[in-house]
Parts: sequence; structure tokens; C-alpha cells
Amino acid sequence: MKKVVRGFYAVAYSVKLCRPSVICAYPITPQTEIVENLAQMYADGELENCEYITAESEFGAASILVGASAAGARVFTATCSQGLILMSEILFNAAGLRLPIVLVNTNRALSAPLSIWNDHQDFMVLRDAGIIQVHVENNQEVHDMIPQAYKIAEDKKVLLPFMICMDGFKLTHAYEPIDLLEQETVDSFLPPYKPEYYLTTKKPIAMGCYAPPPFYMEFRVAMQNAMLRAKEIMRKVFREWAEVSGRDWGEHLAVDYPNSRIMVVAMGSIVAPLRKVVKELRSEGLDVGLVKIRTYRPFPVEDVQKELGSSEKIIVLDRSVSFGYEGPLSIDLKAALFGRSVEFYSYIVGLGGRDTSKDFLASIIRNVAHNKEKPGWAFKGYKEFEEVIP
Amino acid sequence: MKLKIYFGASSPPLQSLNLKTGDWGTHFAVVDKEKCTGCKVCEQYCPEDCIEVKESGKEKYAVVNYYYCKGCGVCASVCNFGAIKMELKEFFR
Amino acid sequence: MKFIGSGHGACPGCGLMIAVKNVLKALEGKCFVANPTGCLEIVSSQYGRNAWGVPYIHSTFENAAAVAAGIDAALRALGRKDEGKAIVLAGDGATADIGIGCLSGAMDRNHDIIYICLDNEAYQNTGHQQSALTPPGEATKTTPVGKVLPGKVGKKKDMVAFALAHGCPYVATSSCAIPADIRRKVKKAASIEGFSYIQIHCTCVTGWGVDGSKSIEVARLAIETGLYPIVEFVDGKLVTVRKIKEKKPVIEYLKMQRRFSHLFEHPRGKEILDILQKMANENIAKYNL
Ligand SMILES: Cc1ncc(C[n+]2csc(CCOP(=O)(O)OP(=O)(O)O)c2C)c(N)n1
Ligand code: SF4
Ligand code: SF4
Ligand SMILES: [Mg+2]
Repeated sequence: MKKVVRGFYAVAYSVKLCRPSVICAYPITPQTEIVENLAQMYADGELENCEYITAESEFGAASILVGASAAGARVFTATCSQGLILMSEILFNAAGLRLPIVLVNTNRALSAPLSIWNDHQDFMVLRDAGIIQVHVENNQEVHDMIPQAYKIAEDKKVLLPFMICMDGFKLTHAYEPIDLLEQETVDSFLPPYKPEYYLTTKKPIAMGCYAPPPFYMEFRVAMQNAMLRAKEIMRKVFREWAEVSGRDWGEHLAVDYPNSRIMVVAMGSIVAPLRKVVKELRSEGLDVGLVKIRTYRPFPVEDVQKELGSSEKIIVLDRSVSFGYEGPLSIDLKAALFGRSVEFYSYIVGLGGRDTSKDFLASIIRNVAHNKEKPGWAFKGYKEFEEVIP
Repeated sequence: MKLKIYFGASSPPLQSLNLKTGDWGTHFAVVDKEKCTGCKVCEQYCPEDCIEVKESGKEKYAVVNYYYCKGCGVCASVCNFGAIKMELKEFFR
Repeated sequence: MKFIGSGHGACPGCGLMIAVKNVLKALEGKCFVANPTGCLEIVSSQYGRNAWGVPYIHSTFENAAAVAAGIDAALRALGRKDEGKAIVLAGDGATADIGIGCLSGAMDRNHDIIYICLDNEAYQNTGHQQSALTPPGEATKTTPVGKVLPGKVGKKKDMVAFALAHGCPYVATSSCAIPADIRRKVKKAASIEGFSYIQIHCTCVTGWGVDGSKSIEVARLAIETGLYPIVEFVDGKLVTVRKIKEKKPVIEYLKMQRRFSHLFEHPRGKEILDILQKMANENIAKYNL
């Protein structure tokens, strides 16, 4: 059923179809309307056998979900920015506890300066947590991703938290025609959550034991193994989804014009304008293609090598900074392509909601194509400045 | 043989029962059967949960499980009948 | 059936273990334990040495109230409330300091959980640093005795008032010295729907500087001096008070413990002793102990 809805509704509606048992969150712009929509569904009695809890903070929300997930419930939360990093201690913990918590992060800049606008600095904090991170380009993709997230996270070979990253405002607040899923479709795709590892008085186990040096390392290796196994399981689930829904979003990467001389790499909503720009530039005769990173963790090294290994120039558009180094996505790509003779043009753009217009994006690509840039990294789209004390 | 690890650093219940803590302390509790009335006061207090009133025939008295007794002296301190004495282990004499 | 096993790693005479085994016994093991980081956690849940005979989870130091709230929500949603109650067994630091946000939220939402604060009056697991429940004058590693300072300057946070202000249906105090009282109160809490807060005074032999054999005597003196009033509130109304047969001066309690020993020598010792006696007198008057 196609309907014009806003991004947060596309999320909330899909969450409802996944029949979660416990939902718990804390308001933060631009995520708030996701949980407001779920609260309305709860108030209207549309969420069956579900508890909706208004937490006292994101820290509390994540902790409540740790308890609920450990007790065997399918759970959901959404947050971003300050809220995400407030949750971070608990999300690291949830990964180690191997709890398949699903959360949506509406990517937003970090303070200071305070900014409610979109960039990718927040989820990067959780990049190394043992949490699956998938990026979406538009609201149909996020709507579709939620049932897949549960299926992957709850797979016995995975059992890790799953974070869907969608750009704040750009997607959350956008109106788009969405093909809303049917309950039967989701029910046939996503079985009820029947954990084998959970808290019950019938078979009392202890969870979250502390591990001295002779024990600790094996558990971290096991987490990494689960992450690496997830790559294959995700591929399978992505394929299955394409069949069930008739919408094929690709696998870990989605590529336009493979094997072009110049490949542009990005993730999130910026991919949509880039796709148009790349198409236009090709009509100008530039040999340029586009790689959209869907799965950021586990990092799809093999896919990256396959799609980018033989390109001449790679333009990476990062939307966050590893301060003191460069853009994190660029760092990851360079590591994946270590030893290949490829030039990197790594740009950090669009911090704190700074505009990244199609013209701006096109000029970046043109400059690289016409050899007006040297390989390396740089910020693009900021004004020259001098710092003074007030 | 491969090491078996419990998923997510979880553990099955009551593994600690295999751990001997009876060799921790310097003392150990000794119950005087004659004085002990079997009132079970010590039972409620023992932090190691290792003193228990047992019945054999007509007799009813507290029995210490030395596999665990840390010799803290809590039981002796709460006994209303002076039925428990703390004794120094041979090793420390 | 054991709900917490022998073989755990607590110091000989530890008050925590006396409290915990009586709590679990009162619930007949029908419970889910959320336990924050702290002494109890360390001595009972090392990987491969689990002492728990009931379902147990340790997440972090400051979130046990929220974790228990989540367990309760899950049991409700999944129709498994008959399995037992979610309970918290938390230290005083986890309760009154770092975890107070999660605690306040859980109290406010009135989850059906029993929150037990095992009050040994300092961060004992990390080697005896002050918490909000450390009484005035106690020498801890972060409120040491110095040429100028006589140990902790400040007061013990009133968590009973905090719980009452949140409208918790059941609020009580108890002590490791009175296990029957612990069991009765936990049973009572279990029978009440909604949030129960029970604060249990637990001797820490190591931090307080008392011999294990004095563990109960010292905790008993805390009650008999009026420093640790044993009270019980249902729906905000005081329903029981443990009367003191023969009131003792606080000095009798304090002089038994290394943590207060400096008070008898320090230039500001008398001032603190007076404060502590005044605290006891006020408790005696307030609750008619
Ligand atoms: C966020 C965080 N800060 C600090 C610590 C270190 N820490 C672990 S336990 C503890 C003190 C516990 O004190 P309390 O809650 O009173 O329990 P006790 O050990 O005294 O029973 C501290 C400071 C931690 N684990 N996590
Ligand atoms: S001495 Fe301590 S550990 Fe031993 S039986 Fe008595 S109370 Fe238990
Ligand atoms: S340090 Fe104190 S609280 Fe911790 S186990 Fe020892 S006696 Fe118990
Ligand atoms: Mg403490």
C-alpha cells in the first residue's frame, strides 16, 4: 500500500509490524517523532503484547532494553547524537552480552557546538562496539531494513545489537511515498523471537560474568567471529528480502556504473543526490561511478576490494572526522585497499548540516576528474577563518 | 580438546559449590552437640551458608561443612547457648 | 535448594552475604536478580565461578534499577510474571550515587520490582572510598583523616526520604544483624505490586575494620544506638519501627571500628562525635525508637 508519509512514521510503522515486546526510548531531535508515533500506536492499543516505557534518559532506555532483551523480549529504541553517546556505555555492554537489540539512529552532529543537524559523527563513536551498523539512503530503505535487522540480529549465529543509521532531518522529516509493508509479509519473513539464551527461573543462568585475563579474550574473539559470520547471513537476508518485497537494495554495497575510472564512495542520504550528479557527469563524458556503503560494520572488505580494487581514483565523502587523522570511512577504505595502486581523494563534507548541494558535489568530482586536485584529504565546503577570543 | 566457553560470558548456576573456601581462615567452628539446641539461629547468619541443623534420631544439632567454613566466627557470635567455639587450625598453632 | 552457593569469594563475616541469602530465601528463589558492579558482583559472578542459583544479570555499575525494570517489562509482555519478580541487589554507591538517575526513573514509573540497597556505607569493592551513604566522620580512602580534616565531612544521604518522596508503595530498612526481619520485609515487598525499596545495613569487615566475629555485634549496635533506625512504610505511612530496648551511646558502636578510630584523637573528633550522637538522638525522637 503506497502512502506519502514522513521518515519517522516509516520507521515506527515497520517496528510495529515486527511485533516488539518492549519499546523504550527518550526524546531527542530529530528522532523524537519515531517514538512519539510508537507511543500513539501504544495509546491506541495497536501494539499487542508490548510494553512501551518512557525512560528517564537514553542511558536508562538502553539499560531497560538490556534487561528486557536478556529476559527474552524483542526490543526497540531510537536515538541519536548526545542520546547515543549517553547510551554508549550500555550499548558496548549489550554487544558483549550478545543481546540482539535493534535501534535506529537518526544521525546527528555532536556537541559542542550544539547542533541538531545531520552529520555522521555520532554513530562513529559506536563503530568499534560490536554492533552491526547499516546505513540507509531513503525512507523506503529504512522501512524495509527494520524486519531485516531483527532477522539478522536474532540469528543464532549472530546475536549482536543492530543499529540502523538514517540521516536526521534529511530522512526523518522528509515526506516520501512509501510502500508500507503488510503484516502478513513481515510475519512470513520474520518469525517470533524464541531465544535459547535468556533469563528464566526454569533454567537459571548468570549473564554478564566478569572475566579475568585467562578468560576474557575468547569472548572478544567470539564477538568478532559473530560479526564476520554476520556478513554472510546479512547477504542471505538481503537477498531473501529482495524476493519477499520485490525491492532489491543490493548487498553490503550498492554500485552504480561499476568499474569506472573514478569511483565516488559515500553512505547515507547523500547517496541520492550523488546518484543524480554521477549520472549527469557521465553524460558530460566523465568515467565516474558510485559506491554506496550500506553495511559499515561488519566492514565489507571483500566487497570493497572487488568493487574498488581496480579503480584509478577514489573519491570518499566522509561526514565525520577522526580528529587528528582524517575521515573514518576514508581510513577504512584505505586499509581495505592496502597495496593497490589507487589514488584517494578523501573529503570531509556536510558537518553539522552544512549544505552539500548537487552543484557542490559535482564540482568536487569534476575537480578530481580534471586533475585539479592532488590526492590526499581535505575539508570541503567551509569558509576560511581566523579564531579570536571574545 | 577444544576449550568450551559459555555464550556471552554467561555461566550455569551454582558453580561456586565446587570451590573450596574451607582453607581460607585461621579458625574453624566446632559445635558442642550437648549444648546445641538445634534452634537454627546460626543457619540464618552463616555468610557461607555452610552450617546446617541436622537431625539424627532424637538428636538435633548444627553441623558445619568444613569444605566451605571460612572460620569467620559469626555463628559462634550469634549462638544463644554458647554451643559453638572457634578453634585455631592445627597449621597455625 | 541453594539460591546462592557456598564457595563464593566474600571476606569471612561479610554482611552482604547474610543479607543476600535471606532475601533469596524469602523469595524461595522465585526472582530475577539484577546486580550492579560492586563487591557482591565480584565475589559471586566471576566467569566459571558463578554462585547464583537464580537467574542473574550484571550489566554495569549504574543501571541495575533500569535493567530490572526491563526484565519486569519483558515478563509482563511475554506473560511470564508467574516466574518471579525482578529484584535488584545493589551497593550503596550504585544506589545513592552513580545509579540514582536510573533508580529515580524506576521508582517514578513504579515498576513491580524489589530494589534492595546493601548499605555497607562506602565503595568497598574498589577499596573503601566514600559514597553518599558514608556517615560523617568515617575515614575512607577519598575522605581520609588529615591534619585538618576528620574523615568525611558531610552527611549520609536520606534514601528512605528519597524513596518516600517518589511515592514508592513499600519502603523499609533492615540489617544483616536481623535476618528474620529481612525475610519478613522481603516477603511483604513481594506481596505488594509496585516498587519496593529496602535498605539493608551490611557490615563490611574489611572496610569498617572489624573482625568477622564482630560482624553481627557491630551491626546490632548501629541499631541499638539509634544510628540505623529500622523502619517500614506502606503507602507512605510508617507501619512498624523496631524499638530499642536499651539505648546505647554511639561511642560504643564507633569505638569498635577502625573507620572511626581517629575520632577519639583528632582535634575535630569531638565535633564529629557530637554530630553522630545528635543524628542518633534525632532518629530516636523522629521514630520514637
Ligand atoms: C561507571 C563506573 N565507574 C566506576 C566504576 C568502578 N567501581 C566499581 S564498583 C565501585 C564501588 C561499588 O560500591 P558500592 O555500590 O557501594 O558497592 P560495594 O562494593 O560497596 O558493595 C566502583 C567505584 C565502575 N565499575 N563503573
Ligand atoms: S565460622 Fe563462619 S563460615 Fe564457619 S560455619 Fe560459622 S558462620 Fe559459617
Ligand atoms: S570487602 Fe566488605 S563488602 Fe566486600 S566482600 Fe569483603 S566484607 Fe564483604
Ligand atoms: Mg558499598
